[in-house]
Amino acid sequence: MDFGFGIAPSSAINLDRTDLEKFEKVHDMEPDIYKCMACGSCSATCPAGRFTGMSLRKVILDLQRGKEAEAISMLKGCMLCGKCSMVCPRGINTRHLILSICRTYKEE
Amino acid sequence: MIYQGKQKIWADYQKEIPDDHWFYVRSCIRQNFFPASEKMMLEICRNVLGKDFYETEHHTTCGGIAYHCDTIPQETVMTIVARQFALMTEAGYENYVASCITSFGNYLEILETWNEFPELETRIRELLWKSCRREFNRPKYIAHASDLIYKYRNEIASKARFHLVNKETGEPLKVVEHIGCHYSKMFPSKGVGGAEYPYVLCGMIESWGGNVIDYPERRHCCGYGFRQYHIKANRGYSISNTHKKFESMEPYHPDMIITNCPGCPYFLDRWQYAISEMEGKTYGGNGYGIPVLTYEEVAGLVLGYDPWDLGLQLHQVAVEPLLDKMGIQYDPETKYKGINNKDLLRPELPGILKCC
Repeated sequence: MDFGFGIAPSSAINLDRTDLEKFEKVHDMEPDIYKCMACGSCSATCPAGRFTGMSLRKVILDLQRGKEAEAISMLKGCMLCGKCSMVCPRGINTRHLILSICRTYKEE
Repeated sequence: MIYQGKQKIWADYQKEIPDDHWFYVRSCIRQNFFPASEKMMLEICRNVLGKDFYETEHHTTCGGIAYHCDTIPQETVMTIVARQFALMTEAGYENYVASCITSFGNYLEILETWNEFPELETRIRELLWKSCRREFNRPKYIAHASDLIYKYRNEIASKARFHLVNKETGEPLKVVEHIGCHYSKMFPSKGVGGAEYPYVLCGMIESWGGNVIDYPERRHCCGYGFRQYHIKANRGYSISNTHKKFESMEPYHPDMIITNCPGCPYFLDRWQYAISEMEGKTYGGNGYGIPVLTYEEVAGLVLGYDPWDLGLQLHQVAVEPLLDKMGIQYDPETKYKGINNKDLLRPELPGILKCC
């Protein structure tokens, strides 16, 4: 029946239905991924972020929540300039981390 | 966990609720949606528990719906509320109890605003005097009606004829409690248990024999949200919120939902029909929905009142499966008979959601 309005898909994340095997693999390669405190310094300094929506902070959160497609599509905007690694207060080698994510999730 | 620390934090969210002598104010909309709830509140408090509850026919809306829909300014709401306080003062009462969650939040917000801006209270007193020649004292205590049923819950349990227990299996019923947002999300210290862990309905459920379900979207809004529903273009947002809650509680197979707000039971009840028509999905067993009741209706059922005298025939979701589980007798023939056996006519049945 058409009431003139619809139900938006739920944004709820069910971790029971999420396969985190690949994320665990990235964690094995880059243990520093757990050091991220989501401060957003990387996103603030990213020269591609403003034009492509790239945000490493969001990528890490999305991967932890099983939203792989969104994360990978964001990474396509990365130019590997390395500015994020210069500003990361936790000293994460973000450039290396991005390459490891791409290797694990088979994206270039 | 440091137990003493937890106790100290918890102490901030306990309320010393006065026992007796209340000035009771009704909600604008509850009598249309759940017609016997407020009557049952007064019936239980006055005739079963012997408390002094006063209400006056001169009471009007608190202006909360118009205020939250941004159609009147706060000064207007304040003057309306000042008049309600004047009615209380004239009747000789000091404890004010509101049936509506939005009114409750509205009163607390206004008193807090007057604490911060005393000159505004002076101005409202002037406006009230100019408009209707009335004066008021501030209430000594403002409670929501569910606070009082929470306070009297053990007395009600001691007089109970039925419990929230599955009669056939002997297991406690699985109950979802839903608290109205304006109860304690605005002023956490004014609600029993605060905003994170409100205990007002849990206390009733536990006292009356049920089991509370803790599910992920437990503290999520029902979706009413005033402008989300009142503007038709926004209704998709409203139903999406309700849908999210139902999807979250579904795996726990709740037997019923109990609420303490005027809007929440209405939307949790009626949107189950809309969701079933839009998505073909129902959330109760065998094609039924999950019955949604107000705390007064549940108190009435527990005390053994006739379900049709409690107005349960006006719910969208059929309550019969719940009554069967609790072992409450009912006559299907009298479901749509009103006072003096007047025929209320039968509603059209929905296509997917099963109703009795």
